[in-house]
Amino acid sequence: MATSASTKLDKAVKHQYMDLPQGDKVQAMYIWVDGSGEGLRCKTRTLDSEPKTIQDLPEWNFDGSSTYQSEGSNSDMYLVPAAMFRDPFRKDPNKLVLCEVLKYNRKPAETNLRRMCEKIMTMVDTQHPWFGMEQEYTLLGVDGHPFGWPSNGFPGPQGPYYCGVGADKAYGRDVVEAHYRACLYAGVQICGTNAEVMPAQWEFQVGPCEGINMGDHLWIARFILHRVCEDFGVVASFDPKPIPGNWNGAGCHTNFSTKEMREDGGLKIIEDSIERLSKRHMYHIRAYDPKGGLDNARRLTGHHETSNIGEFSAGVANRGASIRIPRTVGQEKKGYFEDRRPSANCDPYIVTEALIRTCLLKEEGEEPAEYK
Amino acid sequence: MESVSVSSQLNKSVRQQYMQLPQGARCQVTYVWIDGTGEGLRNKTRSLEQEPKTLQDIPEWNFDGSSTYQAEGSNSDMYLIPVAMFRDPFTLDPNKLVLCEVLKYNRLPAETNHRARCKKIMEQVKEEVIWFGMEQEYTLFGADGHPFGWPKNGYPRPQGPYYCGVGADCAYGRDVVECHYKACLYAGLNIYGTNAEVMPAQWEFQIGPCEGLDMGDHLWMARFLLHRVCEDFGVILTLDPKPMMGNWNGAGCHTNVSTKAMREEGGLKFIEEATEKLGKRHKKHIEHYDPHGGRDNQRRLTGLHETSSIHDFSTGVANRAASIRIPRHVGQEKKGYFEDRRPAANCDPYSVTMVLAETMLLPPELHDKEYKFEKEYMFDKE
Repeated sequence: MATSASTKLDKAVKHQYMDLPQGDKVQAMYIWVDGSGEGLRCKTRTLDSEPKTIQDLPEWNFDGSSTYQSEGSNSDMYLVPAAMFRDPFRKDPNKLVLCEVLKYNRKPAETNLRRMCEKIMTMVDTQHPWFGMEQEYTLLGVDGHPFGWPSNGFPGPQGPYYCGVGADKAYGRDVVEAHYRACLYAGVQICGTNAEVMPAQWEFQVGPCEGINMGDHLWIARFILHRVCEDFGVVASFDPKPIPGNWNGAGCHTNFSTKEMREDGGLKIIEDSIERLSKRHMYHIRAYDPKGGLDNARRLTGHHETSNIGEFSAGVANRGASIRIPRTVGQEKKGYFEDRRPSANCDPYIVTEALIRTCLLKEEGEEPAEYK
Repeated sequence: MESVSVSSQLNKSVRQQYMQLPQGARCQVTYVWIDGTGEGLRNKTRSLEQEPKTLQDIPEWNFDGSSTYQAEGSNSDMYLIPVAMFRDPFTLDPNKLVLCEVLKYNRLPAETNHRARCKKIMEQVKEEVIWFGMEQEYTLFGADGHPFGWPKNGYPRPQGPYYCGVGADCAYGRDVVECHYKACLYAGLNIYGTNAEVMPAQWEFQIGPCEGLDMGDHLWMARFLLHRVCEDFGVILTLDPKPMMGNWNGAGCHTNVSTKAMREEGGLKFIEEATEKLGKRHKKHIEHYDPHGGRDNQRRLTGLHETSSIHDFSTGVANRAASIRIPRHVGQEKKGYFEDRRPAANCDPYSVTMVLAETMLLPPELHDKEYKFEKEYMFDKE
């Protein structure tokens, strides 16, 4: 069975209830990253009036022993609101609130990578670092098989699907369209979508975002995707290699530039950054998926438009390299570059932080530096 | 067999056509009451000539108690006394939902009318300004009697990813939760929040903070709304405290409590005094925490799955395996509230709040006192 039982619940009935007026009360859905570093959790509370800024949202708490984040005997963890968006599911004036998680002693939880990222970003804010992340993902049925694939087998080989159109090429476009519109409504900086090389695989891009916003916007965009898929009764997977064999994996190519790189002669700064990245490959690999590189080991094989996980390489217009410099950037001698190594299930906070540490803070060696 | 009921397949746009018909000045009032099981809710509707503005505008009514496990056929009339009025989110303004107390033929409270005694207790402790917040857990079942969304001949993946989860592989039946939330807001119920629970197809909503008697009124009406929303979708609500045997969570109704003194500076002292008193009356509370004197909770309070054992009383800061949990921030700020994790999902909130107020705030010689009720209910309002 491809779609979930929930899809049988009558949506006309749902609309009748969702259209009920709610007076001055506002629903705020608090969202956080759980102990796996990949999963998202959410719960809602009622507020007496519409919050105008993040300061209007109170701290909250939750049971960390049910999210792989603490023991039952000492389970309370704190939710600290970090970024607020409009709610495309319950609509105005209701809100989605991305939160940081703190442990019982108010230190950041293990998978709260936002805290350190924000600190690093503040150190370089005069350089105006911009990011754009290309989130690839695969749609699965609730049976765990890619959506639209035949039950006991495989579709025709890759070739016709990338940016394809037609029921024999594009599997599940409704999800993509709905997600795009929901992100626009919410205020997420979504800049585009396309069908990907493997059938039932898609991509959306978020950016350009400066500094900490990249992580915030990407995590909310992922949450919105999970909710849209839930409504349709299918599942979004960010696994970097969902199907072994001659099928593409899923990455999160990260485009990066600073003010200097974007100005005339910026290519030199880009090349300097790439030189630094080439000397710190394994540190970045460890940061580019939630399992220190183990997930990416299944994906970065050197085939299917990936570089090999063991080697660092860079090239203009080269999709088999770790770093690709777009052809136009090579020609105009300024712009940005693309790090193709991050996995689809990476944490964008630590990915963007790693790029800043190596390229702007000019760190060297296997470990990130400590700052006061 | 389908997981949604036959009724839910009835064409909803046909229904909408009729529901949009204007009704003139007349108003539909639905009377809601608790039946003889102490868990089930019943309702029937009457037309009033105009919209009632307050409770006093709503007349007493009666019903056949022999059809609700509440009376013999030979002497079956029972009285419905309106006690709380809300907007109707199903048939919309100006129509109303009215929660009622049930009286026997002799105008004394029915066996499962625990509101009557709760009211007496709350009146005595009024200056303490006691607030409650109750966390109602519940499970959705398909019309086929299996938890909604669970595979037909088996089980989902083990617990872990479902609590506060998102995605079709984690959240089963969110539409029901969303619609119930809106319905509660419309009706004027004090709904605090919602979240997905640890077992798939299990959810929770919280009602509060409510003072005294309001807690029971709002929670019972919120339960009625949930039954009605589930009915519209063709799924079934159960408040059974242990719907699935094995390594699956049960369903409780954790009750958060505070008095004015506990909420003020240095309130932690009063919290500790209260938990001390509760520790001495564990068995009595267990009797009040489900409709079967503790037998339902025996299946749920095992000491596993974030519960305490039914046999022992314990208190702990941030400890979800204790009978009473004091939230971490309350321990730090030295004031606030505490959480009694023992009540079962199918408890009667009037019984729960009443016994908490009694144990904490009344002297031991008044505990378990039998009250007389003639004066309140003797005279008709009409």
